[in-house]
Formats: sequence, C-alpha cells, structure tokens
Amino acid sequence: MSGRDEREDPTTGPRSGRRTEEEVLARIEKARRRAPRVTDERITLAHGAGGRATRRLVESLFLEAFRNPVLEVLEDQAVFDVKGGTLAFTTDSYVVSPLFFPGGNIGDLAVNGTVNDLAVSGARPLYLSAGFILEEGFPLEKLRRIVESMQAAALAARVEVAAGDTKVVERGKGDGCYINTAGVGVLERRVRLGAARARPGDVVIVSGPIADHGVTILLARGELELESQVVSDTAPLSGLVASLLDATTSVRCLRDATRGGVATVLNEIAIAAEVGVRIDEERIPVREEVRGACELLGIDPLHVACEGRVVAVVGPEEADAAVEAMRRDPLGREASAIGRICSEPSGTVLLKTKFGGTRIVDLLIGDPLPRIC
Amino acid sequence: MCLAIPGKVIEIVDAGRQIVKAEVSGVRRNVSAELLGEAGQADCVRVGDWILIHAGFALARINEEEAAATTRLFQAMADAYADELMALRRSEIE
Amino acid sequence: MRFVDEYRSRDSAQRLSQEIAALLGSRAYKMMEVCGGHTHTIYKHGVEDYLPEGLTLVHGPGCPVCVIPMGRIDDARFLAEQRDVILATFGDTLRVPGGRGSLLDAKARGARIRVVYSPLDALKVAREHPEKHVVFFALGFETTAPSTAATVLRAAREGVRNFSVFCNHVLIVPAVKALLDSPDLRLDGFIGPGHVSTVIGCKPYQFVPQQYGKPFVVAGFEPLDVLQAISMILRQLSQGRAEVENQYTRVVRWDGNPHALALIGEVMELRPHFEWRGLGFISHSALRLRDAYREYDAEKLFELPSLRVSDPKACQCGEVLKGVLRPWECKVFGTACTPETPIGTCMVSSEGACAAYYHYGRFQRRRADGARPL
Repeated sequence: MSGRDEREDPTTGPRSGRRTEEEVLARIEKARRRAPRVTDERITLAHGAGGRATRRLVESLFLEAFRNPVLEVLEDQAVFDVKGGTLAFTTDSYVVSPLFFPGGNIGDLAVNGTVNDLAVSGARPLYLSAGFILEEGFPLEKLRRIVESMQAAALAARVEVAAGDTKVVERGKGDGCYINTAGVGVLERRVRLGAARARPGDVVIVSGPIADHGVTILLARGELELESQVVSDTAPLSGLVASLLDATTSVRCLRDATRGGVATVLNEIAIAAEVGVRIDEERIPVREEVRGACELLGIDPLHVACEGRVVAVVGPEEADAAVEAMRRDPLGREASAIGRICSEPSGTVLLKTKFGGTRIVDLLIGDPLPRIC
Repeated sequence: MCLAIPGKVIEIVDAGRQIVKAEVSGVRRNVSAELLGEAGQADCVRVGDWILIHAGFALARINEEEAAATTRLFQAMADAYADELMALRRSEIE
Repeated sequence: MRFVDEYRSRDSAQRLSQEIAALLGSRAYKMMEVCGGHTHTIYKHGVEDYLPEGLTLVHGPGCPVCVIPMGRIDDARFLAEQRDVILATFGDTLRVPGGRGSLLDAKARGARIRVVYSPLDALKVAREHPEKHVVFFALGFETTAPSTAATVLRAAREGVRNFSVFCNHVLIVPAVKALLDSPDLRLDGFIGPGHVSTVIGCKPYQFVPQQYGKPFVVAGFEPLDVLQAISMILRQLSQGRAEVENQYTRVVRWDGNPHALALIGEVMELRPHFEWRGLGFISHSALRLRDAYREYDAEKLFELPSLRVSDPKACQCGEVLKGVLRPWECKVFGTACTPETPIGTCMVSSEGACAAYYHYGRFQRRRADGARPL
C-alpha cells in the first residue's frame, strides 16, 4: 500500500462505464416517485408511525380501494360541498401509551387532534363524535378523568361532542382505553388550503417549539429512565388558525405536525406541490430540554410529533403579518418563519444546518428509535 | 460509532454502586460511573464534573482545561475570520 | 448545550475551511473517517460544504451495526423467538436484515423484543421479569464492550440468574489493519475514532504511521472536531510527517481508560476469528465471554443455529465498508436498496455510509450552493 501508482483510482468516480452521481440521483428520484407498493407481508409498527411506510400503506391499499376525488388529495380532512355550504370532515384514533402524560391525557389529545385536523383546512370545528374501546377491568375512575378532560378540551375549542359509542373488549385485547374521534366543521371563509398550493417564494412558518409531545411520550413511557420537565403541547389550534386567516389572505396551506413531525409535513408539501423546501436550523424553535433528550437518544426533533403546532405556508408579502398574527395567540408566542419554498430541488426538503452546511431532511422510516451508534 | 453526549453530574445517587445522576440540557438520567474507576477511589466522580455518557455509562470524564484550550483555539479562528471579513468589507467600501 | 455548541460555530468553520484549502493547495488527497459516528456528523451537519474539491472523505467500517453478518442477526432472532425469552436490544439493530428478515419482522410475528438504552436497563428488565430469561444483544466496539462487561459483573454480583448476553463486540484495530492490507484501497490519512479511543487510547494505532506511513488523528464528533482533524492530517502530510495525534484531548487520554480495559479483560476474551460483513473473517477481531461467565453467555445457554448466510449478490456493502465504492456507486443504491427496504447493513444503521448519504446527502451540492433560506 505504499506510494501511489498510476492505476485508475477505484475510490474516485466516475469510472468508465460507471454511473455518475447525477445519474444515480435522477434514478433515485424516479424510484421515489413511483407508485408505492406494499411489499411487507404483515403490519409492523412502522405502518402506523406516520412516515414513509404509513404513506405507502395508505396510498397503495386504502386509496386504491376507496379512490374518489375527495379522498385523493390526502389532506388531514375531507372538504366537500353540500347544499348551502362547504364542510370539512375528519376522523382519527388515539392509542397513546401511557394514557396519562405530563400536559394531558388521551382524552384531550383525542379532542384537540380532531379539532386541529379540521382547523387546518380553514374550517370552524362544530361537532365531534367519540368512540371508546375499553378493556375489561379498566378503572372507571380513570375513564372519568379522561372524559372530563375531553369535555374541558371541547369547551376550550368550542365544539360539542354530539355522538358516541362504547365497546368493551376482553382483558388483554386492548391497552386500557382507545378513543376514536370524528369531527365536522364548516368552511365559512373563501380561502381554500392545500399542500399542492405552495409555490416558490412562499414562506414556511411554524407556530411554536417543535417535538414537545413526542419527547414527552417517549420519556413518560419510562423505559428510557429519563426525567425532565417537558410537557406535551396538546392544544386546540382553531383559535390560532382563525386569527391567522383573519390577518392574511395568502395562506396556501396549513398542517398540524403530528406523527412524523415537521419533517414529514414539509416533505408532503414538497411532493404535493412539486417544489423544494429550504429551512434554516437556526430559526427552528426547539426547547433546550427537548433538544437534550433528542441528542441523548440520537433522534432528530424534526421527526418527532407535535400536538399543538401548525406549519403554515404563506405568500412572501404576508410572512411578517402571519408571524405576528400567530404570536398574538398564546399558543403561537414563539412562532417563527423557518424557511422558504423554492423551485428546486423539486420534492425535496433541504436544511441549512446551524453549522452552515446543507443536508436533506427526509421522511422518517418507522418510529424514531433511540440509538447508541 | 457510539453516540456519546456530554452531561453534568448533579447528584451522587448511590456511592457504593457508583450511580450518579447526570443532566443533559435539563434532561436527567441515572448513569453508572463504574467505568471510571473503583468505588471510593481518589479520582471518583464528583458533583459538578462533566462526563461523556454512552449507553447509560459514563465513558470518560471531560477534561475542562483541554476543552477550554480547544474552544479558545476555535474562538481565535472565528475572530480571525471575522476580522478578515471586516477588512474585506472595508476594502470594498474604499 | 455545553461541550456541544462550542464545536458547531460557523465562523470557526469558515476559518478552518480556509486553512484546509491552503494546506491542500492543488493536491488531491483521500482520507478515511474510520468511524460511522464521524460519517453521521459529516452528513448531518453538512461538513463537506466546507471542504475543497481535492479532498475526498472515504467512509470506513467503524459502524458496529454495519459489520454484523446476517447469520448473527438470524441468531438474535432465534433467541427472541425462544419460549420465555425477552431479547433486549439497542434500537439500532431492529431494522437490520438477516437471512430470515429483521428483528422488527420477528416482533411483528410475536417475538418478545425490548428496546433498551443501556445494558443496565436490560438487566433491570430481567429483575422485573423473573419468570422470563432476558438476553441482551450486545454489540459495539470497545466503546460499548466495557458497559456490557460491567453489566455482566453486576448480574453476577447481584445473583441475577435469568440474564445473559449474546456477545458481538468487535475490535477496531484489526479492522483498520484489514483495511490497510486491502490491495484495492489507497488512503493518505485516517480520521481516528474518538469514543473508542476513550477506552483504548491512542497507542494502539501507532502501527498505522509506523508500518504504513499514514497519519492518524483521533477526532471528536462535533463538526469542528472533524474539520480540525482534517487540517491536522494535512499539516502532517505537508510536513512529511506520519504520526498518531489526538485532536479529541477533552476526553481521550493517550493511554485510554485502563479501568474500562480491565473490566473487558475480566469478563471477555478474544475470539480466534470473527466474521465481519464485507470484510470477511478477521482473526482476533472480536470478543466473547470468558468461560468463568458461561452462565451469562447466551451462546452457551442456547443452541444457536449459527448459520453462515452469505450477503445478497447485489449487495456491495463490503466495497462500501472498505471505502472502495462510494455509497452511490453501489449498483442497488437508492433503487433496490433504500432505508425502508434495505438489502445491506450500510443502508440501515444511521451511521452507515449509505443511510447517511441517502438521508442527508442525496442532492447535488453544486445546485444547493445558493442554499440560503430567507
């Protein structure tokens, strides 16, 4: 191994007959856009984690089976016209463990989650349904606490729980309590929002510090033996969204960054609108403790769920007004413009790191797993 | 390989079993200090020490003097760069 | 965060970048970062944006998940499928494909697998489940081996009998030596692993300059550490020196951590040989439990299938691990082999060169040059 010789150097490409980096990247982009197929034989937890596997399952199985123009846009809610108006309709199931965690429990989480799915369409949430799947032996006291916090959350969000259902499964066949909520809201504004409406020049805004909920849950499970003061950010966003839409006219799209975190939302926008998204790490609000937990566990806060944060894409001329409107709401005090929509590279999210380099922010593969290497 | 994060020792939880509580940006965890030496040794970990945490163990004690020396070096580089930028800007104005 | 943020300053990086460019001049050099942690740092922070074109970083084999052969994953899965066994593992291993699928697949089929942050947590699971037997899937270089050793000693001390270790700890020096002896790879210097060196120190690398004439600089894991190590290697090259140097002085001592080494020596011994994915069998390159601790050795407690599974034909992980191929030069990179449906280990571990490149680096840097959001 001593000395260099004149032989062609195998560690530097491209070699004759070999693909160049550009060709490879082009081929990967093509592969990424191909219609997804489920190749897995069984459901794994990754299918529920909100990342790429979820997307593949939804697009290749559910969308294929149920395909219709309302579903096809794959937003967090369905928006459709009825005689006399436009409605938004959504459903979500809650299987969080533990049921009670710092900052909330499965009850207010279920109400806020569905309220937020409606709110980000620009709708005013009106009515919710609540379906309970309870495990035999579940303490009634806990159920009472869950229901009370649901009612408190409904009051805060100005919605009513107007329908419900209860099922009990045998002991061992459920995890204490699962809740499904569905909700309807009415679109009283003219604005139509959607990920595909983002266009180059638009500004990306996040309404507050990210990853609080996901880190809270990861720590509350206790398996990692980490203690902190972090609390879930679960909250109804309908008020904040209304203030934002009152103050601006150029909001292109709103998303609540739940499973898969802000990274997933931005990737969905990049893909749907065929644009690039460039964000600046220095401008992304992350609480110190959340950052500490993420560094310890080797996970990226951009991939961790929020339950009370909205990502907004707004026309450039109204970016400041949008941030100010959010900051006037108690839930949006730390709102921050974190980046821009660009024409290139289409379908991709790029991050300018604090260090000054650039990297991709990809969709998450499965759940964020704590790692040691 | 091997993710390891600096944390500060905030409590000696169990001196005999060499368990200390370490804090990383407000997140706390019990960490074993037994890789750093036998219990009761003169150089055992104290509250206020900074350690490098890997897989629930303190892998090393952080040498604060060495860290300060490295940081000073980087700071000097940053200052030199800032000065250069300033000089460049000034020369552009002139 | 103290001891983290100081090493991520843009201004210092600019200055180091200038220094590196000046030292490199018009030459072209190739350096290997041995350790996957460095690979991760380089991509995650965008370190390459500060490097001149003539400098190529080659990603090395220092990723314990990447080098584990498929047969060992199958053995771990076999353990997880045993009646009354809980397999405790770091999250890193779950998606690694074995010959019979990954541990995540096994979990979906009912195998009991618990993700732990520390081997001590695995021991705790054993204490909490006296009716079960807990096997800890131990892997990692000398960084992690002392933790496993200390945990075995604690189990013995506390008389925990339903706990054992499936030991896959590997050693860094034989791997570096195998690389240096590989005929198709030529490198000008090495960025040495920082956290391994907290345990083994800097001395064991002295054969690299002495026998192979290459600079070897042990480096920390923040982006400025990496840039500084590169500049130290370039300085050696420009002065015609070849030495082991320590950039990571805030945690790495020249002699390492004798106490941690003693713990490893107490509990573990060298295996005559061990298979590395991509590198083949390397003698004296891995650790197993000593006979005195046989009751904590899952390989002795269970009849493992221990089948050799050869890597899929299309997989070129070996070439990538040796730095002979860059990730995107592999035939299946990004098309058949992706982080979701990985064929090779390099695409699974967050430290794997392919995964790091796919997740973070898969774009045209030249086109991204104007990347200045806002």
